[in-house]
Amino acid sequence: MATLAVEVVYRGIFQRTLARNIVRNIVFAARKDGKIGTAFGRYGDSPERNGIPAKQFAIVADTPSELEESLAVYEATNVDVTINVDDTMCKGIESWAWYGLQPINELTKSGGTLIVTSRQDADALLEDIHQKDSPYDLAIIPSTVSFSGLWVYKDDHTDMRALGALCKVCPEMVSLGAMLESIKEQTGSDTKVASVQRAHDRTTGRPVEPGEGNTETPFSFDLPGWKTMEEGLVIRGVAAGTGFRGGEEGYTPGRNEVFKKWSTRSMRPVINFDTCIKCTLCWLQCPDTCFDVTPDGLYDANMEACCGCGVCEAVCPVPDCVTMVGEGEFNGNDSQWDAWTADKDGYNKWMTVLVEKQKDETRTHGFHHIGQYSEEITAAEEV
Amino acid sequence: MATVQTKLFQESTEELISGSEAVGIACALADVDVITAYPIRPYDTVMQYVARLKADGAFDCDFIVAESEHSQFEIVKHASAVGARTFSGSSGVGWFYAFEALTVTAGLRMPVVAMVGNRALDDPGAFGVEHNDALAVRDLGWMLYWVATAQEALDTALLAWRVAEDPRILLPFALSCDGSFLTHSQAIVQVPSQDQVKRFLPDYHRGTLQLHPDNPITIAPQVNEDWLMEIRRQTDDAMRRTSDVIIEAYEEFKEEFGRGDPSPFIEEYMCEDAEIILVGMGTLAMPTRVAVRRMREAGKKVGFLRVKFFRPFATEELQKALGGAKAVAVIDRDYSYGSPSYGGVLFHELRSTLYPLDERPLMLNFIAGLGGREVMVRDVNEIVETTQKAIDTGKIDQVTSWVAVRE
Repeated sequence: MATLAVEVVYRGIFQRTLARNIVRNIVFAARKDGKIGTAFGRYGDSPERNGIPAKQFAIVADTPSELEESLAVYEATNVDVTINVDDTMCKGIESWAWYGLQPINELTKSGGTLIVTSRQDADALLEDIHQKDSPYDLAIIPSTVSFSGLWVYKDDHTDMRALGALCKVCPEMVSLGAMLESIKEQTGSDTKVASVQRAHDRTTGRPVEPGEGNTETPFSFDLPGWKTMEEGLVIRGVAAGTGFRGGEEGYTPGRNEVFKKWSTRSMRPVINFDTCIKCTLCWLQCPDTCFDVTPDGLYDANMEACCGCGVCEAVCPVPDCVTMVGEGEFNGNDSQWDAWTADKDGYNKWMTVLVEKQKDETRTHGFHHIGQYSEEITAAEEV
Repeated sequence: MATVQTKLFQESTEELISGSEAVGIACALADVDVITAYPIRPYDTVMQYVARLKADGAFDCDFIVAESEHSQFEIVKHASAVGARTFSGSSGVGWFYAFEALTVTAGLRMPVVAMVGNRALDDPGAFGVEHNDALAVRDLGWMLYWVATAQEALDTALLAWRVAEDPRILLPFALSCDGSFLTHSQAIVQVPSQDQVKRFLPDYHRGTLQLHPDNPITIAPQVNEDWLMEIRRQTDDAMRRTSDVIIEAYEEFKEEFGRGDPSPFIEEYMCEDAEIILVGMGTLAMPTRVAVRRMREAGKKVGFLRVKFFRPFATEELQKALGGAKAVAVIDRDYSYGSPSYGGVLFHELRSTLYPLDERPLMLNFIAGLGGREVMVRDVNEIVETTQKAIDTGKIDQVTSWVAVRE
């Protein structure tokens, strides 16, 4: 064995402690197996921003000189295991440290494993996960997403379950025995040890063949060179907006063509166009100018520009006009206004189902009020 | 953490910590009296960790968050004058904002220890490592050291107080840690016990130079033109004395803690019989050592020399280590606009160091990894290829080359 690597793909703020717990415990446990390791976050990421996709790594080797090659880098070139702790990132991630959309399995090496925490099944996830030229396994930890806030950590054992699953799919990186011993030593908790063991026993991988998955080409762009870049650190402004989609009426704002940031989103607004009173508040308050003004004066959230912050839902004065719905329900970024215009009844039925379903959804953006933590823990225990 | 905290400092332990955290732990082990802070990435990881150690009750110090880097360094300078052991630090342009305080600290012979989390200078604002920030104090009387691992960060911090506060020296010491690769990467570090550290690191006594009511003195006077040469010469002599004190302290360090290199000043990796020796500082060592190891396996006579102390510069040791090579390739993670051969700072120092030799190696300069760009094994291979070409043809087509820059 030479060197084995794990990446944890997580969402900024909400899951930072979760990711850190996972990678640190891998290094601690590998130490019990007589190996040496390092843990680090991708430096170019900015995990102090709500929901932004980011990465942490754990790299384990038999000897310090083997480990050396993996030091002084930001990102491993390939990993044995990718752990994705929010299934909505299966659509790909655009983080601060990466230009364009990076498929979730970009670094997962041939024969490696992608572990995802999700309530969806493999087929549903593979509609989002980009295809690869090489085979790998997909393992699912059945789980609702574990989101915390900046100063609190929801200790719902998601970290322990990820570690148990890892020991199952990649025992050569860290053995279950070492992990159990290390977790006991680090946390002193028998229930955490039990969570690791249970996740280990329950985890199975499903083979993913080359070419299986989302066939879309993720957006990307080339960085300029020193001879082609404008001098003086000048950034030209984005061109002003136009009429709706270039037409005479309505308005489509100018947007950055290469920085889309929609992968920051774990929820998206679903609009009830029939109840909209055209008050303009969502359009005014959206920090990403994601709303296009349609020729009929409605507001269509452009899903390539929306980062899912939920401000539109918060400022909308009409009950049930804007509803934030978990991103896992969607497989594309198509215009809702187009769908509504084409088939109003069909759209409204689709929307009603989603909005109803949302009422059972536990996905939130961190903690909004005192007591929410204990409410969610209680709810999670009941599941 | 509770299980760990009870053991920390009582006995030697093994911790998974970043280079910044290692320096923070060194502060606790050295029982530093006054620590000043002002946030700037990547140095701020140290202040966060020190604040946490203090809040956890792991050690006590005066922890002062100043209103700017300038005040930050002024405060430790003054604290040092009254006999307090001090620590501070900064990064990039934050370090530059403190510049006036940095120069008077050395001028007044205050043994402040600072950590520079190396960061590219603005503009553009960037977080990645570049060595120009710390290098800017090279002419001021600061000792200047580049660290390669978290373990070395902890160890060298302890060495720093020991040497800086030695009554024969009394000069400040800057510990340079590459942003990200050291400040933000966690590795297993052997943390010694406080008892061990106490045996190695005596208390700081400023003696008759201490500012104290019982010892009425004035410091920092204004002088006329007929004073300064002598004062400069004093500081020069103190810096000249550092080499012996460093060797003495380093030998004792190795004895007490059971680890360390043969030389405190440089690290030689497969340099024996090497025809090409690569030279660099800090975490450049990682990819370079890997590349060298592979080339050696393929029978190529290549070595790597890491400069640890930039001030004092180990002139004779470097002459000895590099003099026998056919070519020396200096990798600079810094740059000096408009300098001789449009080269890097380390390159100029080394070319000057090797100039008196009867048989000088060919000298090439490579600018790499600016702004935190990763230096890859393939980059090192390319550097060796270019250098080999110079050896084969006996001439240097281009003294300075930029590595892995997009055209």
